[in-house]
Amino acid sequence: MEKTYANVNIQCNDEGYLTDLEQWNKEVGTDIAKEEGIEMTDRHWEVIEYLQDQFRNEVPLSIRKVGKSGVVSIKEFYQLFPKGPLKISSRIAGIPKPVSCI
Amino acid sequence: MKELLILGAGTSGTMMANHLRKALPKKDWNITIVDQEKTHYYQPGFLFLPFDLYKTKDVKKKIDKFIPKGVNLIQKKINRIDKDNDTVILKNNESLKYDILIIATGTNIAPQEIEGMLGDHWHKSVFDFYTFEGAKKLRNKLRTWEGGKLVVHISEMPIKCPVAPLEFAFLADSFFINKGMRDKVDITFVTPMSGAFTKPKATEALQYLLDQKNIKVVPDFNIEHVDGKNKKIVDYAEQEVEYDLLVTVPTNMGDEMIEQSGFGDELNYVPTDKATLQTKVKDNIFGIGDATNIPASKAGSVAHFEAEILTENIKRFIKGKELKKEFDGHANCFIETGHGKALLIDFNYTQEPVKGTFPFAGVGPLSLLKETHMNHMGKLAFRWIYWNMLIKGKHIPFVSATMDTAGKQIEETV
Repeated sequence: MEKTYANVNIQCNDEGYLTDLEQWNKEVGTDIAKEEGIEMTDRHWEVIEYLQDQFRNEVPLSIRKVGKSGVVSIKEFYQLFPKGPLKISSRIAGIPKPVSCI
Repeated sequence: MKELLILGAGTSGTMMANHLRKALPKKDWNITIVDQEKTHYYQPGFLFLPFDLYKTKDVKKKIDKFIPKGVNLIQKKINRIDKDNDTVILKNNESLKYDILIIATGTNIAPQEIEGMLGDHWHKSVFDFYTFEGAKKLRNKLRTWEGGKLVVHISEMPIKCPVAPLEFAFLADSFFINKGMRDKVDITFVTPMSGAFTKPKATEALQYLLDQKNIKVVPDFNIEHVDGKNKKIVDYAEQEVEYDLLVTVPTNMGDEMIEQSGFGDELNYVPTDKATLQTKVKDNIFGIGDATNIPASKAGSVAHFEAEILTENIKRFIKGKELKKEFDGHANCFIETGHGKALLIDFNYTQEPVKGTFPFAGVGPLSLLKETHMNHMGKLAFRWIYWNMLIKGKHIPFVSATMDTAGKQIEETV
């Protein structure tokens, strides 16, 4: 399905995750964050950048892996993106939701 | 004489020893495999052992039984790889030179990674079933357990055999029904993922299983610590889940030896090219199975498919030819759902599990993403296939190393 973020039509899956990271930019990220009730700060963007790097290198992500990255502690990760930090930050970053095999 | 060295004689390493002894001329290549373990475990059996469906003898055999003639087995602990000198150093400082190295040291549970997981309660009220020890002790516990809150829990991804925890919950439902005590047991499945199922087609096809079996799901739970005294697990959002019996899958990590060699990721997995299986450490080092960081499932079937492609690539590497970028992440897994039924899934890096027939399009006899008795028979038959064909490096008829799209209900995605 298509959604409009930053006045551009963006391809998303049924759960609202971008299907093509190429369509992402900071404005799109800011708009998705608003839907999640998050006001983005520099700290938020640092985490987003890290997640996108990991995604481009095809490294599967987990909360503890993010916590061990040196970019953000798990505690701060929860403060920045409350409730489901990895799920929410992945959506803002324009990368897929972490999934298992089924 | 050239030296090919394999680290680890589990599923992957043993398969590679068998493949390569056939593929490489004995007059040119020595093959050596190193593993300190004396026993080769049939790890899929660890799922059945706790429920007394398998006996201990069904899941263990001597490790040397499966190492082919003409391959030298060294039973010592590996200390580290010195990649700059193409040498592996063993515990007693003995060193082994190699021309080509294959890392097949797998993955193991690391309960010490979660605060409070180890302690007096370990293997008393908190169990793993990813080790022979854990599965056996859990079996003894379940034989006399009188019921209460059973929590089946995943600490963090990635884990070996990602569906095993869910299978455990399904089999537990069956087990307690058969014992006539299902009403005395609450089953809760706790996961760091967004649900028990995370892929659209699987969710659509299988969500009913959780309702049917009365399994509660607690999603998005990222464990912070185990409170063994008060019998609860607590997550970073301060969510708590109480248990009487906790069956957990601790953090999974690659071998310590990888860390000591200085090239693993945060979880000691070896950076590896997902299509060629050559590591990113050095050209003459290859990786297979659970030890790598490739985004495929950590499972024996994956290792089996990888082995066919890695054998070809090692032959090419020796001849100085370009490596085949052929591995597609193919996995093929039976999923026990209890009461003599099972599902089968067949998928790869890009294709999620869908419905269909396997291995013959339109015929079967196995059904994909659907509960059948035939699939359960397939899972049981697989133990024989494992011991007699798979680890001996024999090709399983009609099942190709790369995923086949025929027989799958694949919709065009927009």
